[in-house]
Amino acid sequence: MSNGDGSLWITFNGEIFNYIELRSELIGKGHRFETQSDTEVILHMYADMGERCVEHFNGQWAFAIWDTRHQKLFLSRDRVGVRPLFYARTSRGFVFGSEMKSILAHPDTGREIDLETLDRVFTFWSGLSPRTMIKGIQELPPGHSMVIADGKVRTWPYWQLDYSSIDFGMSTEDCAGRVLELLGDATRIRLRSDVPVGAYLSGGLDSSIISALARKHSGDRLKTFSVTFQDGEFDESNFQQDVIDMLQTEHRSVRCSYQDICDVFPRVVWHAETPLLRTAPAPLFLLSNLVNRDGYKVVLTGEGADEFFGGYDIFKEAKIRRFWAVNPGSHWRPMLLKRLYPYLKNIQAQSNAYLSAFFHVKPEDLANDFFSHLPRWELTAKLKGFLSDSVKSDIRKSDGYAEMRQRLPAAYARWDGFSQAQYLEATGLLPGYLLSSQGDRMGMAHSVEGRFPFLDHRVVDFTTKIPPHLKMKVLNEKYILKHAAGHLVPLSVRKRPKQPYRAPDAASFFDSRTGTARAPYVEDLLSPDRILRDGLFNPTAVGALVKKARNGQAIGARDNMALIGILSTQLWVDQFISHKGDAPDVIS
Amino acid sequence: MSSVEEVVREFIVVNFLFGDTQRKLSNDDSLLEHGIIDSTGIMELVFFLEDKYSIEIEANELVPANLDSINKTVDFIKRKAAVVK
Repeated sequence: MSNGDGSLWITFNGEIFNYIELRSELIGKGHRFETQSDTEVILHMYADMGERCVEHFNGQWAFAIWDTRHQKLFLSRDRVGVRPLFYARTSRGFVFGSEMKSILAHPDTGREIDLETLDRVFTFWSGLSPRTMIKGIQELPPGHSMVIADGKVRTWPYWQLDYSSIDFGMSTEDCAGRVLELLGDATRIRLRSDVPVGAYLSGGLDSSIISALARKHSGDRLKTFSVTFQDGEFDESNFQQDVIDMLQTEHRSVRCSYQDICDVFPRVVWHAETPLLRTAPAPLFLLSNLVNRDGYKVVLTGEGADEFFGGYDIFKEAKIRRFWAVNPGSHWRPMLLKRLYPYLKNIQAQSNAYLSAFFHVKPEDLANDFFSHLPRWELTAKLKGFLSDSVKSDIRKSDGYAEMRQRLPAAYARWDGFSQAQYLEATGLLPGYLLSSQGDRMGMAHSVEGRFPFLDHRVVDFTTKIPPHLKMKVLNEKYILKHAAGHLVPLSVRKRPKQPYRAPDAASFFDSRTGTARAPYVEDLLSPDRILRDGLFNPTAVGALVKKARNGQAIGARDNMALIGILSTQLWVDQFISHKGDAPDVIS
Repeated sequence: MSSVEEVVREFIVVNFLFGDTQRKLSNDDSLLEHGIIDSTGIMELVFFLEDKYSIEIEANELVPANLDSINKTVDFIKRKAAVVK
């Protein structure tokens, strides 16, 4: 699209939810519009205030504007990284797109794996932007804009997550009132659409609140969608049903088996464009297929609440570890860790000495910048033990923690531990894995757009002012969110213990009753010959792991992550490096 | 018949080092400090030892003093087996 005189051209992936208000302001300033679209509003905003226009946008976007008068390309990506924006500088120019595939289609781009990014995936669960899995292809980090003019590239953050202004005097009631008000409006403007808007229901608090708010603001009967699992360990359908009954939604669900996950996994990796450490994106791929077939193209979800309102176990775990590390000899302090993970039998059986070692409970750990995330990152980094000797040698001097440390804002060191943990989670796993591999890519695989009221920047900015004790009251997670909006959801959902969304991992690929893989591609990609030929992993180590998986003995987090990490990396190499971008031929 | 030490070492190398025989693991190396064993790994080791040597390991015996190296594990099994006999 271009503006009236053809001086500005835009290509745009996303939504500007406050375009109606912005359009009205622009008309007041004398702007004339030819359409009712948000795309045209972006162009006029840029014409009116230049590169700072993005600071006024409420939405999820990746766009590029070609400014013919100034011979300038302006690119921007939304604050938290809902929409992807990849680019590459080539010998003849600059290429950009919403997927790496589109960059790879250009004849001037290469296909060399970035082993340092593989190292980061095998530590932090995702690469560290701007780098990607392919050398030379970069991504614009969330909250950043970029200008290319006169052969020069300038990139800058137009927004940053900042926990420097916590209002410790905030009352519980004032805070709760503001949270509900902001969330309501965030949901309301996300219902603006020329197609019907549905909602995902996980059975947890966050998506239930969003569904309740959507029902309230739309006034219509809401269409909701959910995943259920054949394996009862992962199934939440009882809680989903409670929400359906309370909100009287029109509901559809897709039941997910081990075989389903195995069947769609190659296509999941194809859309994620990166190795994965969990199968959790696969059921969401199946779910977006259901949504698409049901005629829906837009869904609201509860993503973001755990990061910004303090819902994740990692926040609680860090709080307990800090509490214990103050007195490492205490016998009763570590009992809280056992209470945190009642469903993990292995943790329940551990002595304090083992718990202390596994959870990094030493006074010196308290000073570590990454205290909250050390157990997760170090557990994940064990996957690097499966890499081949040559890859280990190549990445030996690459220090992911140092790279992560360089990215921290100057004020980070002055923030409290809870805020630091929130920052790491909201700028790391959220854009790098949850919004991308598990969110946008799995939705867009079936042309379904996710919208996230908890990621409205007004909500996010307000949560940075909320004192940590209102987010997690002692060990009661998302306390202020429950206080503000808990009445909108069934009591069973409000009172239920937090359950992370998970899907079966190793069991999805090997049937331990027969000792066989559930699909030929699994045997092929994990065979010693193939592992040796591709050169990324150690065939002996992979062979031992596969043997455990066949026998149903790959039961720990490390074994499961390793199997999924290796299999998805092998798939990724097959699709993006060896076969030069052939789409997997599997059912959709 | 393999010695207890050989059996324990093989189990650790196959299940926790995934066959990485190049990694030098001495009989006194701490499995915790070297990051070889995690919370699931401890339970895998206990399950294996109970099954292999027909012993029962109590919760209060799940401590690094008994299981944090090959030598400590071997000594622990011998003590337990002696009691069983």
